Amino acid sequence: MLFTSYEFLGFTAALFLAYYCVPKKCQWPLLLAASYIFYFIAGPDYLIYILATTATTYGAARLIEQNADRQSAYLKEYKAELTKEEKKDYKEGQKRIRLRWLVVCLLLNTGILAVVKYTNFMIANINDVLAAFGGNRQLSFVTLALPLGISFYTFQAMGYLIDVYRGTIRAEKQFFRFALFVSFFPQLIQGPISRFGDLSESLFERHAFNGKTVCYGLQRMLWGYFKKMVIADRILAAVTTIIGDTGTYHGAYILVGMLFYTLELYADFTGGIDITIGIAEVMGIRIQENFNRPYFSKSLKEYWRRWHISMCAWFRDYVFYPVSSSGPMQKFTKFTRKRFKGALVRHLPVHLSSFVVWLATGVWHGASWNFIVWGLLNWAVLVVSEELEPLYARFHKRFLVGKSRSYRIFQMGRTFLLVCVLNLFDCYHALSDTFGMLASLFTSGNWQVLWDGSLMNLGLSGLDYGILAVGTLMLLLVSLSQRSGSVRDKIAAKPYAVRFCVWYGLFLIVLLMGAYGIGYDASQFIYNQF
Amino acid sequence: MEHTIDRNNKKKAWLRGIVSAILIVGSLWLLQRLLVPKYVDGIVEGAFVAEYYKEEKDFDVIFVGDCEVYENFSPIVLWEEYGINSYIRGSAEQYIWQSYYLLEDTLRYETPEVVIFNIQSLQFDKSQNEAYNRMSLEGMEWSMSKVNAIKASMKENEHFLDYVFPILRYHSRWSELSATDVEYLFKTKKVSHNGYYMRVDVKPAEQVPEGRILSDYSFGENAWKYLDKMTALCKEKGITLILIKAPSLYPYWYDEWEAQVEEYAAENDLRYINFLELQEETGIDYNTDTYDAGLHMNLSGAEKLSVYLGRILAEEEGLPDRRGEAELAAAWEEKIADYEAEKAYQYEYYGINKTVTELK
Amino acid sequence: MEELMNILSELHPDVDFEKEERLVEDMILDSFDIVSLISEINEEFDVTITAKDMIPENFNSAKALYALIQRLEDE
Repeated sequence: MLFTSYEFLGFTAALFLAYYCVPKKCQWPLLLAASYIFYFIAGPDYLIYILATTATTYGAARLIEQNADRQSAYLKEYKAELTKEEKKDYKEGQKRIRLRWLVVCLLLNTGILAVVKYTNFMIANINDVLAAFGGNRQLSFVTLALPLGISFYTFQAMGYLIDVYRGTIRAEKQFFRFALFVSFFPQLIQGPISRFGDLSESLFERHAFNGKTVCYGLQRMLWGYFKKMVIADRILAAVTTIIGDTGTYHGAYILVGMLFYTLELYADFTGGIDITIGIAEVMGIRIQENFNRPYFSKSLKEYWRRWHISMCAWFRDYVFYPVSSSGPMQKFTKFTRKRFKGALVRHLPVHLSSFVVWLATGVWHGASWNFIVWGLLNWAVLVVSEELEPLYARFHKRFLVGKSRSYRIFQMGRTFLLVCVLNLFDCYHALSDTFGMLASLFTSGNWQVLWDGSLMNLGLSGLDYGILAVGTLMLLLVSLSQRSGSVRDKIAAKPYAVRFCVWYGLFLIVLLMGAYGIGYDASQFIYNQF
Repeated sequence: MEHTIDRNNKKKAWLRGIVSAILIVGSLWLLQRLLVPKYVDGIVEGAFVAEYYKEEKDFDVIFVGDCEVYENFSPIVLWEEYGINSYIRGSAEQYIWQSYYLLEDTLRYETPEVVIFNIQSLQFDKSQNEAYNRMSLEGMEWSMSKVNAIKASMKENEHFLDYVFPILRYHSRWSELSATDVEYLFKTKKVSHNGYYMRVDVKPAEQVPEGRILSDYSFGENAWKYLDKMTALCKEKGITLILIKAPSLYPYWYDEWEAQVEEYAAENDLRYINFLELQEETGIDYNTDTYDAGLHMNLSGAEKLSVYLGRILAEEEGLPDRRGEAELAAAWEEKIADYEAEKAYQYEYYGINKTVTELK
Repeated sequence: MEELMNILSELHPDVDFEKEERLVEDMILDSFDIVSLISEINEEFDVTITAKDMIPENFNSAKALYALIQRLEDE
């Protein structure tokens, strides 16, 4: 079920109704049932995967916590009798047991993810190697269905397990409540990756009907549908045309394609997240924000704090911090610190840790080389800008441009363009195409296509361009307005007639100008393939 | 005091809610009326199905089928020559399941003596085109027959909901609205003559291409199923079902297809008339009687076919001559006047010298 | 505390660490800074800050960070 299908709308509408009709203690069980029905409709075979992850993670977390509880009880009881050494030994021993559970469970679940997602990628690479050595044997690909949202729910479950291991949250005792946390259906399609600590309270709470929350939730959904249906799905036609034919579309077209794709990705992904958060909000459930006006970022580093926040936080907390604070890495840091003075070398350990993170991020995004290169390019840009920081600082000081408004806008434009270029790696699956097309930007010299009417042949009419222009302007204005607080609050403060016109108007725009139905191919959310 | 304010607020909220709901429903309804195609000019075929409901439903003969019925037979001639009261429930590329459900739908209002079905559509085992589905189904009034017709017709990318709320289907038509859409917001215009679509222009049939070789000539299971259903329904209601094949040279009618229909008609004791084989008897001249080189008959062709068919209906099926019924005759007078008026209009429009055509 | 202050101001000379209470939330310290910080603190105070302790609450102010160090020293 796609967010934009009638089935999905019917499903959520029925759920909303039921949610506020059943006794409040049945609300979360109802959500669990709905989530599993949703999952079942997506593919009955997938159930086994999500159940396996749920059961193993639940079990491991419980075992880890029981062990930790036993440890503190033991230490408390024998506080007087044990020497400091004995205590330390005991603690170490227990910690090893817990670590073992953690590692086994992590390996198992990331293993499942790796097998369903990366088997064919590995086979393709092995085949390439075999062919390179002149072998005639080739391995055949396997057909493994990629269960819906497996990247998201696996990460969510693993984050929970690590949090329990670290003792930052208590393990969930009730299996079914935990099952809901893993399977909560609006998040299955394209995230965000919620933390148990953030989500659990409002997920299991009893919610009385609150007109304001319900309205706000529906408004958020509507805004999401606007982004998705009016902008993303419309511009998709042009993006597919450009990407689909590298022979015709190169040079100036790539600039257009990059901008269009970046707009599409934004509208599609943030729109989808708006729908997800809106659905939860209607039911009184709070999901953490996943975006913070990312295209207003002044550097790539800032961009990655404002784009897909939940994923970045996951990699930071569960990969970057553990790797960089690990024993070997700390030793390496000490070593470089003692031996070298240069900033680059001293930063080497941090860059190394972040290399691991970006490699993992690339792999997570997709099972192919273009994503890996995409991740590593992000890393390279971040390293370069980090190392050039002192240079920038000096430049800013000398020319006093650091704080001016126009310079900030320049920085935003620069970051936006950088993101556009990086997104190209997401468009073309073959790396040679990406590099070739990037090069063609400078060699094709076909800039006339920008004004000679060629852009009318990309599958968009003049009217489409008009709608896109107005739609993008709306996105921009709402983003600008968000800086001074919630736009919904601002609208809510207006008289009823104004509010009615705003929201009903938006609804009509989606209804009439949405790219849906016959003639517009139902497009998948870009992110639900990850 | 406070109590009354509270009550007033509540009252106000209710009032606001009701006004908003009326505004929403009203405006959506209006928008939907505005956005759906009106089929009053250009492609008028989409309006045929709905026109039937305005009739006094007391017909002796009902035609169902695709363009091979609504362009090839003129109920006016059947009335003028034989006093037969007939109506064509035809629509563009009407698939056989649609013909069946249109018949079912018709039987909710009346039971004719004879039902005539053109078997051209047996060649399709499932709907081919969403636009044709729309034109056949949208005009039907809501009943279980319509629901089933939609279900039987929908292609994979279609949704039932789009038929319930056509605005969902036509939402992007706002960019191509014309004055006609406003003019016919609340009214319709009669575009057929008892389901007959008149064309008077002439385009002689020249080289008709041979049918390309098919891998399989047998009609599909689904198509047969609906023909069986139609036969059974007619039998149950005591209606005489007549199968016909209009004399269209193209699309090609294969001998293998002909054999299957003949066999079916024999098995089920049905009359089957293949007009392709009756060129001499009907007097069809492909130089003058078709307006698109042999696909469809023009007025001249349709009138010839109607004369021939009417004789069979009157003499062999024994349908009564109802020209004596005053009320009915009066209604037909009006229809004939419309018919003649359009004839005159079209002759002028296509620049045809009427007398010359008639002399031929 | 003084040693900590030295480390901090070496990292960001322009920030007043005495006053700031939302170092992480206001994005004064990013993950890169935090990782650099912990290596220096680990060395300077002979403690081991692990990923578990690397949460905003411990890094939002110099005070909070100092409290973390003391807690780790006790263990």
